[in-house]
Amino acid sequence: MIKLATETDAVWSSFFEEMKGKGASGLRQAAWEAFNTKGLPNRRVEAWHYTDLKAALAKPAPIAAVSSAAPELPRAHDSLRLVTLDGVFRPDISDLSALPEGVKVQSLRDALAQGAPGVMALIASADVQTNDAIVSLNAALMQDGVVLRIAGGLTLDRPIELATFVSSDEAQSSFTRSLVILGKDARATIIETAGALAAAPAQDNQALVVRLASGASLDLVTHASGQGEGLVRVMTLLAHLDEGASFNSHALIEGAGLLRRQIFARLDGERVKVSLNGATLARGRQHVDTTLVVDHALPDGESRERFRNILDEQGTGVFQGKIVVRPHAQKTDGVMQSKAVLLSDHATMNNKPELEIFADDVQCGHGATCGRLDKDQLFYLMARGLPRPEAESLLIEGFANEAFEGLENEALRGFLVSRISQWLAARS
Amino acid sequence: MLEIKNLHVSVGDREILKGLTLTVNDGEVAAIMGPNGTGKSTLSYVIAGREGYEVTQGEVLLDGEDILELEPHERAAKGIFLAFQYPVEIPGVATMTFLKAAMNAQRRSRGEDELQTPDFMKRVKEAAAKLGISQEMLRRPLNSGFSGGEKKRMDILQMALLQPKFGILDETDSGLDIDALRVVSEGVNALRSPERAFLVITHYQRLLDYIKPDSVHVMAQGVIQRSGGPELALELEERGYQEYLGEEAA
Repeated sequence: MIKLATETDAVWSSFFEEMKGKGASGLRQAAWEAFNTKGLPNRRVEAWHYTDLKAALAKPAPIAAVSSAAPELPRAHDSLRLVTLDGVFRPDISDLSALPEGVKVQSLRDALAQGAPGVMALIASADVQTNDAIVSLNAALMQDGVVLRIAGGLTLDRPIELATFVSSDEAQSSFTRSLVILGKDARATIIETAGALAAAPAQDNQALVVRLASGASLDLVTHASGQGEGLVRVMTLLAHLDEGASFNSHALIEGAGLLRRQIFARLDGERVKVSLNGATLARGRQHVDTTLVVDHALPDGESRERFRNILDEQGTGVFQGKIVVRPHAQKTDGVMQSKAVLLSDHATMNNKPELEIFADDVQCGHGATCGRLDKDQLFYLMARGLPRPEAESLLIEGFANEAFEGLENEALRGFLVSRISQWLAARS
Repeated sequence: MLEIKNLHVSVGDREILKGLTLTVNDGEVAAIMGPNGTGKSTLSYVIAGREGYEVTQGEVLLDGEDILELEPHERAAKGIFLAFQYPVEIPGVATMTFLKAAMNAQRRSRGEDELQTPDFMKRVKEAAAKLGISQEMLRRPLNSGFSGGEKKRMDILQMALLQPKFGILDETDSGLDIDALRVVSEGVNALRSPERAFLVITHYQRLLDYIKPDSVHVMAQGVIQRSGGPELALELEERGYQEYLGEEAA
């Protein structure tokens, strides 16, 4: 079959011409070829069945121009913040000087220019394992990002925030890739913030690679929000977890345009614990997709996935979760749960949990539900004096908050809960 | 206090209450006894304002005011309280958050100031102690993982905090062991006062050994069939409801 080059293909090609000389040319070239083989995912690609990215990105926006503007950025946390703005890491507006000893930060651009093999292998790892076209595109066109290394044995007492904002009033594309590497037995809390300062139809493709050495422990708190119906954002998280590592992820995804968050977590060592949790909020015509693959490669792993979707008006939610248990991964213990509540007749939820089990001594289960607010619960609260909107809000908050019960950092849990309250307060 | 006049209620095409009339005076504890499936719970839901029950005829007056047009929360603010036969579990909603929201919502609709946290905490602690509700229970999500007895005690705690004018106890004894029954009954008895009235709905006489009624009403086939004093409960316990079932039993 002859593949006809479209106008869109020509735009992507011009982007690649622009980026291919900016370090890691071998990696970029391989990723570009991988992307070209697959093309942008459409609904015929199973993993993208509910999110038609090809349609959403029919008109690729030009790659963000490097800017030195320093806009006022909202600060929501007591954290050490590392800012990536419009695709470029910005040391000038980051808290670099306050970083504790044992924490090293480098821009992705510098890392690519240096080409240290260990770092390069990690940078490339996303593409080797996911076989996902949008991740390949990210590698081919990556502009910048943060490489954050936390030394073995170190315990961070203050969270580090990786904040990525798009700010332009024009339609722009950005491709960022960041790495968080924890040495043996290191412990840290990382906040991943994805925001938008303007309502322009930005196209934002982010990848975050997490590598935990044996015994390391990471709490990752993700908060995505945005403005404008035209925003198209894909956030990919790729986690490699060595023996005895512990990885807890809690995400609040506030809908804005189309957003897909995809997680590929690989348990590369024995006795790894993974807990992935999230709440998503969508209204208007927002589309929020959470897709994850948890790959148990070795024995005695434990994974817990708990997701809550709240969909109002014509909002659409997607949850696709797959737990893979490879033949060696005996004694794996996995439980995946996705629940959705529809607040309007026009909201939609697509739930697709899957188990792929090749080992015989495992405990795995999944559950998915989708429904309205419970009438009995609503009446109970109203019979105690709560007016309907207040009763509904309390139920929705309770439903969403279940996703954050395992988050030990109280300030961060309070922040996520307060965002949910604000979203509810804006309900019409 | 509460007057129910010729109340007809349907669910779908089926008429459940067929012209029920009942008056409960200030300070009175009225017991409604009757066989299962006779509309006792329907009556409690209609008074509290649950959706899905169509009132086709009749009135329910609280202190002379018809409450049938009011939303459940408005009825609650006017002093109606329903202790549920099956209190619902609400995972994710902290018990204390709920208690405070309920108390303050009622205060707001009555035009009163909201409770400050220390005052609120003090009230909850005192009331909980009397009902044997532990701090640990208060820290859990509302009714989540509670036993039947714990849920009923939590409902009575809410009643103690909200201080309603008119309390409806819907089969409060169901699922309770003797110890829990005593605790719950003591909680109710402590709230008895000349300004407050209760409607105690039950299938068995047992509850009425603990909560002594002033009047007893036999409900069957959607109406009050007979009214009397406390001795009527004993008679029912002995003779059953057979004679009130009419054609339905045939």
